[in-house]
Amino acid sequence: MLIKELTDLNGVSGNENEVREFIIDKIQNLCDSYMVDSIGNIITFKKGGSSKLKVMLSAHMDEVGFIVSGHTEKGFIKFKAVGGIDDRILPGKKVVIGKKKLGGVIGIKPIHQQEREERQKISKIKNLYIDIGADSKDEAEKLAPLGEFIAFDSDFIQLGPDCIKAKALDDRVGCAVLIEALKHSYDFDLYACFTVQEEVGLRGAQVAAYNVMPDVALVIEGTTCADVPDVEKHDYSTILGNGAALTIMDRTCYCDRELVQYLYEVAVQNNIKVQYKQTTTGGNDAGQIQRTGTGVKTASISVPCRYIHSPVSVMDIRDYEAVERLTIAALYQISKDKEFLRQQ
Amino acid sequence: MQETLKLVTQVFGVSGNEDEIRETITNEIKKHVDEIRVDAMGNLIAVKRGKKKKIMLAAHMDEIGVIATFIDDNGFIRFSNVGGVSQLTALGQRVRFRNGTTGTVSKEEKLEDIRGLKLAKMYIDIGCRSREETEKLVRIGDTANFVGDFTVQGNCAISKAMDDRSGCAVLIELIKSLPKTDNEIYFVFTTQEEVGLRGAKTAAFGIMPDCAIALDVTITGDTPECDKREVKLGGGPAIKVKDSSYLAHPAIRRELENLAVENGIPYTLELLDRGGSDPGAIQTTGMGVPCGGISIPCRYVHSPAEMVSLEDLENCVKLTSLFIKNYK
Repeated sequence: MLIKELTDLNGVSGNENEVREFIIDKIQNLCDSYMVDSIGNIITFKKGGSSKLKVMLSAHMDEVGFIVSGHTEKGFIKFKAVGGIDDRILPGKKVVIGKKKLGGVIGIKPIHQQEREERQKISKIKNLYIDIGADSKDEAEKLAPLGEFIAFDSDFIQLGPDCIKAKALDDRVGCAVLIEALKHSYDFDLYACFTVQEEVGLRGAQVAAYNVMPDVALVIEGTTCADVPDVEKHDYSTILGNGAALTIMDRTCYCDRELVQYLYEVAVQNNIKVQYKQTTTGGNDAGQIQRTGTGVKTASISVPCRYIHSPVSVMDIRDYEAVERLTIAALYQISKDKEFLRQQ
Repeated sequence: MQETLKLVTQVFGVSGNEDEIRETITNEIKKHVDEIRVDAMGNLIAVKRGKKKKIMLAAHMDEIGVIATFIDDNGFIRFSNVGGVSQLTALGQRVRFRNGTTGTVSKEEKLEDIRGLKLAKMYIDIGCRSREETEKLVRIGDTANFVGDFTVQGNCAISKAMDDRSGCAVLIELIKSLPKTDNEIYFVFTTQEEVGLRGAKTAAFGIMPDCAIALDVTITGDTPECDKREVKLGGGPAIKVKDSSYLAHPAIRRELENLAVENGIPYTLELLDRGGSDPGAIQTTGMGVPCGGISIPCRYVHSPAEMVSLEDLENCVKLTSLFIKNYK
């Protein structure tokens, strides 16, 4: 399964090489040309029947993780987060360091050694360390040098009949959709962009969009899903199993209203389950792409992911399929309607 | 000025939903300019042709508001903010959706301490009894503005959306009384300023002007027990020195100050410690754009009862007019 292959790879922001190589291998025969730009984005070009309209698809290759920030005398690794990570979930997690995938675990002072106050406090990342089994500073520095990236170590597994658990669903699901979308042909010029450094500030997409200067952009993402115990219904954001999630507004982008409505109608016409994301938190590459050049009509289609930005993200395969189907159906519809979209 | 201000402040135009206000402004100005266009972000760009310098004048036409995020079984609407909406200011207000549906903003009753109030614990009541009934009038993603009538008392005007329709009114008046100049003037009514200076960015890219001036409101330092600021209602245009997105281009700031002094226009200097504005987005476009800010003193910014001085607006028209006439 493509998602399994993609989530098994490591690509902490700024270190997307492993993911990039895998994707290039998958797409090189599906497009007319591709390039890797100086920040590391893959920009694929697939020529359409007509070149009047430029459509950009975007998914980011990077994932949240950590970076080695220091070594203790005893050979433990100090580290910092790359991207938004909830410190509280970290103790006891397995990680891998660098290209060689050196194993390690995130440790914390034993509970009986903690003062009462410490136990009640949430453990911060600065009080945690990674144990790689080294017994001196020198050895630790050799095995895991300063600045080396660290990824969660978490297997892809099936949960129940329809769900899967993996790390980095955000945004390898989007990468998978783009690869699938490139297998089809359209009547416009398609630029499928696999971007870098989204998790640290939408950086790759800014550069990619400036290069492409599209008319329309669809950002394919994994997004928050909070339909879990103790959350009020109106704070769910998205619901697992309810299909592709369309963003109306988040912190970085107020999506093009006509385009969002258009996508919703395409979903309904094609019997694809669709939902609106019901909170306005978070942000993604859409924010940068929309503001590129003289402006780009931009929308986001997302797969709901519970426990996003953790090693145990959970998604419903049917939601992924809905996003894939909706993306491709929308591209076919735009193929037919391109004059209409240009006029809007 | 008063009529224009009344017209533009009352029209709907929450960030990302600027269609009506764009149409209203277009109708006001189309006879007086050479060209009008709208870019992909919805910015309204009106051009007065000329052979010399390209000057961009910007005022944002969006206003803050709320957006429906969830409708419960009893027909109550949960919402989120669009732009800077304070929970305390929102409480007890009326909001109006684009189709005219009006609702009351209230809070969950169980809240014990008002300081713990969050928008997430608030809702909009439009008087419907079920989700089905509400959904006929309001859908998730629909936006609403705060209701705030337009009133004039003496030299002051009170309304919703003075931020930044008062800036739009200044530009409209300027378009109607344009001084003779060989400069090419781009009057830009920008979108999505309240959610992050977004429209100004693409507008400036499309124009690549030689210089720019943005007109927006700024908070004053003349109300009881407020922080110390020079800007005051009736004190004339506030020439922007800095805010959190922008430091003034020295030559443009100096030019604005000189013009004010030479022509007897009262002015103050604005140094805003928090909050950004369109000049921040415009000046970092392309290879950089020398950019200035002329601010309209405004009390109670981001409330449904924002207050400006009509005299200040007239002086903003004068100062901007002098700038475009004299810029070489």
